[in-house]
This record gives sequence, structure tokens and C-alpha cells, in this order.
Amino acid sequence: MQFMLLFSRQGKLRLQKWYISLSDKEKKKITRELVQTILARKPKMCNFLEWRDLKIVYKRYASLYFCCAIEDQENELITLEIIHRYVELLDKYFGSVCELDIIFNFEKAYFILDEFLLGGEVQETSKKNVLKAIEQADLLQEVINSNIPRTLLQVILVY
Amino acid sequence: MVVPSRKLQDLIEEIRGAKTQAQEREVIQKECAHIRASFRDGDPLHRHRQLAKLLYVHMLGYPAHFGQMECLKLIASPRFTDKRVGYLGAMLLLDERQDAHLLITNSIKNDLNQGIQVVQGLALCTLSTVGSAEMCRDLATEVEKLLLQPGSYVRKKAVLTAVHMIRKVPELSNIFLPPCAQLLHERHHGILLGTITLITELCERSPAALKHFQKVVPQLVQILRTLVTTGYSTEHSISGVSDPFLQVQILRLLRILGRNHEESSDTMNDLLAQVATNTDTSRNAGNAVLFETVLTIMDIRSATGLRVLAVNILGRFLLNSDKNIRYVALTSLLRMVQSDHSAVQRHRPTVVECLREVDASLSRRALELSLALVNSSNVRAMTQELQSFLESCSPDLRADCASGILLAAERFAPTKRWHIDTILRVLTTAGTHVRDDAVANLTQLIGGAQELHAYSVRRLYSALAEDISQQPLVQVAAWCIGEYGDLLLEGSCEETEPLQVEEEDVLDLLEKVLQSHMSLPATRGYALTALMKLSTRLRGDNNRIRQVVSIYGSCLDMELQQRAVEYNTLFRKYDHMRAAILEKMPLVERGGTQDEEIKESKEAQLSEASLVPTEPQASELLDLLDLLDGTSGAAQPPPPLEPSPGDVLVHLLDLPCDLPSASPPPASIPNLRVFEREGLQLNLSFVRPPGTPALLLITITAINTSEADVIHFICQAAVPKSFQLQLQAPSGDTVPAHSGLPVTQLLRILNPNKAPLRLKLRLTYNHFGQSVQEIFEVNNLPMETWQ
Repeated sequence: MQFMLLFSRQGKLRLQKWYISLSDKEKKKITRELVQTILARKPKMCNFLEWRDLKIVYKRYASLYFCCAIEDQENELITLEIIHRYVELLDKYFGSVCELDIIFNFEKAYFILDEFLLGGEVQETSKKNVLKAIEQADLLQEVINSNIPRTLLQVILVY
Repeated sequence: MVVPSRKLQDLIEEIRGAKTQAQEREVIQKECAHIRASFRDGDPLHRHRQLAKLLYVHMLGYPAHFGQMECLKLIASPRFTDKRVGYLGAMLLLDERQDAHLLITNSIKNDLNQGIQVVQGLALCTLSTVGSAEMCRDLATEVEKLLLQPGSYVRKKAVLTAVHMIRKVPELSNIFLPPCAQLLHERHHGILLGTITLITELCERSPAALKHFQKVVPQLVQILRTLVTTGYSTEHSISGVSDPFLQVQILRLLRILGRNHEESSDTMNDLLAQVATNTDTSRNAGNAVLFETVLTIMDIRSATGLRVLAVNILGRFLLNSDKNIRYVALTSLLRMVQSDHSAVQRHRPTVVECLREVDASLSRRALELSLALVNSSNVRAMTQELQSFLESCSPDLRADCASGILLAAERFAPTKRWHIDTILRVLTTAGTHVRDDAVANLTQLIGGAQELHAYSVRRLYSALAEDISQQPLVQVAAWCIGEYGDLLLEGSCEETEPLQVEEEDVLDLLEKVLQSHMSLPATRGYALTALMKLSTRLRGDNNRIRQVVSIYGSCLDMELQQRAVEYNTLFRKYDHMRAAILEKMPLVERGGTQDEEIKESKEAQLSEASLVPTEPQASELLDLLDLLDGTSGAAQPPPPLEPSPGDVLVHLLDLPCDLPSASPPPASIPNLRVFEREGLQLNLSFVRPPGTPALLLITITAINTSEADVIHFICQAAVPKSFQLQLQAPSGDTVPAHSGLPVTQLLRILNPNKAPLRLKLRLTYNHFGQSVQEIFEVNNLPMETWQ
């Protein structure tokens, strides 16, 4: 996968993850172009489109569009499953997720994605493992914020 | 002092509360000023919060590069909260094309060596997102160490980081290849999936790695078999399919390993059959696996039965209610239509059915596939389907569909009649969408089918009477009416509806075309020429035609004006020759490539073959004259030629219009082959225009049947002094190989004394890299040329 974008029905970007190196300008141009193209498509159309030399797989969940760019040899159908799995993870983490959750906790949305995909490849196929990892990192963050001594921290981390 | 910093959520709230863009910009500018101030003052406690706010602002499209250094500071901080936000910021703000990103290399190195797994995870994730080649080289050994760590959390991340590193620096394959064998024994799905991704990456990059991993095929087969047969675990299954992510990845690797490798392909044959038959296809996850299986079967050296099974699965996909699945089926069938044509052909009815899809991306695929499936046995039925698609499809598909039909008709037309009908139908339904060459192709086709002239002209006339807006149709119709107008008026033709056409109707129609604001200049040219040609084909008087032609003598379009003026002259001064000049177009020889044909027919009809008569070089001509009149002492320059009637005539002959440039002469004098050498032939054809008995026109036609072009071709001629000779410029100086477009040149000889003609020719040219010069006398000239 080359990049993933989340944007609202109004075309507002909610999350962007780039696994290829591009300039800011180029990223903005691509985002604008894709958001426009996808929002213009009718709901009964299929979820794939060819764009430059990439394949775009997108799917709408409530008010949010999830959009992935994959290469020619990659499987569009499994990419739909990747999107769906990510939505499930967000849903489990936030408890029936809505767009506002992702707006106000965008950094959490990134953390979850980074536990599921790495460098554009699937790293963990078990939902349980992904959520466990996030919970532990969250826990660690709280522990530090409440200034628990470092020795105790080590104990927690070993689990 | 620093204003107490606001929380991220509060900022987001305020930005969302902004009523206008301007208001939003103001809020953000104010906040960015705060963030900058806070960064400047170095407030370590709130730094992560400031950066988080900046990242939000960045997502809205505002500049955030000033946060880059803060990311570095946060990453270097010992606090986990700082690190988490710092690494997130680094992934979003750092760019490997700026040197700043290298500054995190050291922090990543420290974090990788540190024992805390979550922190190692953050570092690996960042490395595999923004890690540049330089960073990858610096950190490869650290990642290698982590590959064999006990904790699966870090290990799975390290494996995928290795994938990224190989993509950036292919030489690092050497480090990451050896641990793969051991990693493949792993049971943890994440690590296993990562390892298979890593092996795939290695195999795609080096043939040596590919060979190395071909021996793990049995192991991969075993892993996949276990996965398929053990039923599902709640942890890894999606709608009854156990870990489709892992299955797809293994299948993809098998595809790479089995490609062009008999033994590996054999090993996986049974398994692929098993997956293909047992996968539950009620949901997308199962179809994803099945689709990947099909791709693998088609790509490796699989058994014939299996390949048929795979194509049939795709055929079934075409009937699926999910449009995504229909889409991938069409895409894949399109890919294999070349290699497994007959298997794909079996699903033709379903493919044709998909032409009716409302989704343009699907119908485009269906169109491409349908066009690929047309062959000589189904061309009639398929064309019918495609024609009805053409009538209803969206405008952006129309051009592709039209040219596709024309191409298929060109290749597989069962009869000429059918071919003409097909093109005609395309022109009437999608005339504005066809490429220019359709006109040339159709005129050529009709010209070549003598038995269909009457039929074609009638069909075209009716089509034109209905619609004069479709330019290509109008052009072909005008051309045909001009050429075969007599047949149109002649009465019945058993193949079409009885059609009683009056001369006045035809002229009305052509005038309408000339006057229509929709007509392009080229179309008007066709119409004008058609009118001109009709002047010899109609029984009535020509006054009306003469009138129309003279009106266009003052037309603003130069091309049209020139034609009109020339035609006018033809009416007034050379009326006696008009019939000969407006003869039917000779058949254009078919041969060579499509392009040549198009060029040829175009040139014959409408190109502006700019033939500017040039005077032959006097000195060379004198030499030749010397040869002929050896007795007459000092050579004299040839008498200056008065501008004679022939001049204009010659111009007309050379003109674009449909005037034959090599037509059979009215008083038939047999042609003469005067020269042949290494495939280069020179033929002379003779015309003695009635009414000017002293004038003889000789057309020299040079044709080249050899493998190499004849270049710098120059032909010069000389006659005895009692004759007057004018040599026109040739149509080119290159005679293309393989009987390409011949070079023609016109000689005008005035023989007032009716003396026996003697003609000497000098040829110079370059052929097969050698320059050749030939001087010879044409000695068997027919008597008719001077008597």
C-alpha cells in the first residue's frame, strides 16, 4: 500500500498516512484530486478506480471515506478487507466510532493504524493483539503522567 | 509570560466552531503564534501537547514545518508520552529529502537498543515509514538483531521494517535473507505474514533469492493447507475464512515461486485446486482469497484442468451480485484473454451482459474485453451487441467503442457489404467520435468494391438526407455522391429500398451541406468537389453547378476558394477536358501497413500535395540535349515556353481534389515499362488530350518493390530540338520500399510538326547505399504518341 487517506463527505481530510516519500505539495495535490474524484462517484459504483499507475480502493463508512492506493499486483478485494478491519478496530477502541471520535482523537486513530499496518503492509491479523497493544501503550502513557516511579514502570512493562 | 497552553480538544472545538474560512484562519494563526512562542521558550512539559495541536493544524493544510525540531526533542525525551507524540510528528512532518530527518537516526538507534518493547515498536514504525536509504544503512544491524528477539510484538515489526529497508536499499537483502528460514517456522500469524512479505520482496528483487526460496515451496504449501483445513479460530477468521490476509500473501508468494518453474508449480497444484473449490464465497473475504488463487493458477505452470477451473471461477464472478467482484473478474479476464483465449471465449455471453452495467468503470472493462473477444466466427453477433452499446453508452466511452468496432470490422469483416454497413452504422450513430481515418478507410473500401457502388451511394444518400451534422458521414457521403452520382440517379438497385432521387434533390442536399454552419471546411471541400464531379454525371445542364462553384470563388476559406476558382476555370476554358479530368477515382492499391493505406487514400483525395513546378536545371538539360542532337554544334537553351493552356491543366491534374493523377488515358495508348533495376521500375503512361493534338502528356511512375527505399531520386528528360519539353516537379524524391507510394512526374511535350518522338531519360538515385546514374533512350515509343 502506498498511502491511506480518511476524509469526510465534505472533503475534509481526517487522517493521512504516506508510506512513500513525496513532497508536501505533491501530497496535497494528490489528496485534493482523489477527494474530488471519489466524492463525485455515485454510491452504486464499484469501490475501485484506476488513477495514474495505481489502483485506488475506497469505501464509505457513515460520513467517512476510507481510501487506499495500492500497486498493480496487489489484490483489491483484500484491500477492502484491510479497510474494514481498520474500521472494526476503531469501532472496538472507541465503542461504536463516529467521525467526531476520529476528529478529536486523531492521534489515537494514527496509533491504531500503526499497530495494524507497518510500512504499508499488514503486520497483525488478530484484532485482539492490536487492541491489546494500544491499551498497553495508553496505560503506559497514563502511568507516566501520574508520575509513578520508574522502577514500578519496568514491572508494568514486562507484563 | 507564556499564556497557559490550551488543550488539544479545546482548540479543535474552537476551529470547528469557526463560521467562515477567514475565521478559521484567524484562530489557527493565533494558535500557531502561541505554539511557536511556546517552542521558543522551550517548555518541555507541554511540548507534546503543542506538537499535537500543530499536527491537527497540519492536517487542515496549514504549514507546520516549524514543528520538525520539536519532534526531535520529543523523541529524545525519556517520557513515553513525549516519544509517542514525537514519533507521530516525525512520521507526519519529516521528509526524507530534507536532511533534518537524519537527526532522528541516533534517537531511533537508542530506542531500538533499549529494552522497552513499546518504545522499540514506535521506533520501528517510524523507521519503516520515513526511513531513508541512509537511515536504513545505518540501522540495518539493529533491526537484524531484533528479528530473532523473543517477543513477538517487536519481532513482527522488525520483519516488516526489513521489508522497507530492502525496498530502500536492495543490497541489504544479504542481511535479511538468512533469518527467513527460521522465521518461517513461526506460528504467530503476524510474524509469519511479515516473513512471507519479506520473502516475496526478496524474490522479486533477485533471481538468486528466487531460486533459494523455491525449496521452501513444500513448507509454504503445508502452512496454507493447515490454514485452510483446520477450520477457524475466532481470533484470525473473517466470516468463516481463516486469516484471509495470510492466505492471500502466501498465494501471492506461491505465484512468484511457481512462475516458469515446473517443479514448484506441480507441488502447489493440488493445494490450489483445494483452495479454489473449498473457499466459502458468500463474503468478500472468501472472494479475495479465491481471486488471489485464480491469479496464481493463471500465472504458474498449472495443469490445464486447473486453468479452466480458474477461468470458470472468474466467469462465476461475472454473475456475482457484488459489483466489485464483477470488476476484478473483468479486469482479470482481460489479462488472460491472450493466453487462454478459448477458455475466456466461453464466457462471452456473460461479458456482453456486463456491457449493460451502469457503472462506467465496469462497462469500460466489459467493452475492452468484448472487443478482445471478437473473432471471425462471432463478428456479426458481437458487432450487433457493440453497436447497441455504442448507441447508449456514455460519451467518454463512445470514441473507444467506435474505433474498436471499426478495427474489429477491418480485421474480421465476412463480406465487403457487411463491412460497409458496419462502418456506415458507426458513422451514423457516433459520427463525431470516430477518428479521421475512418473516412479514408470507408471511401477506399467503397471504391474497391465495384459491385457495391450503387448500394453504397444510395445508403449514404439516405443517411445524409436525414442528418448533415455528422462530419465524417457527410464527407464519405459527399465523396460517394460525387463519384457515383450517376448510379444514384439510375433508378432501382435491388438491395435497397426503392428510392427515386431527382437531380435537383441531390444538388439541394449538397448545397445544404455547403451552407450548413455545422460543416467543417474539409467537409465543404468534399461537397464542392462532389458537385463538380456531378457536372459530368448529371444529364441536365450544369448551370446550377456552375453558379454554386462561382459563388465559392470568393469564399473566405482559402482552400475552398482555390478549388472553386480552379473548377471555374475548368468550366470556362477547358470544358472539353472536363469529362476526362472528372473521371472516377482509380482504385487505390491495398498493401503495406494500415498507415500507408490511410496516407495513400488521403493523399489521393484531399491532401495538398504541393507540387510547385520547378524548372529543371538548365545545364544538365543541355547536356542531355547534346546527347540527342550531337550534330547541331553548340547547344542552345530551349526556347522559352509561353504560358500555355496546358499549364493550368497540369496544375489541376496535380491538385488535391479527386482528379486522377494516374488515370487511364482517354485515347488509350499502351503504357510502357522503360526501366527496371533491383526492384526499381519506371513506367510511362501517355495521354494526348483531345483538342490539342500537338500536346502529349507523359506520366512517369517510379515504383520500388525492393527492400530498401530509393532516395534522392531525380529523373530528367530530353527531346530533340523540334519538340518543346516541360518537366514538372516529381511528387517526391524518395521511392518507398515494398511498393510504397510511387513517385510520379509529368512531362509535357509539344510536338507541332508531328515528328517522330525521341526521348532520352537520365536517372540519378541512391539505392542500397549506392549512388546510381543511368542515361538511356526510350526507343520503343508507341507510334500513337506522335501520329
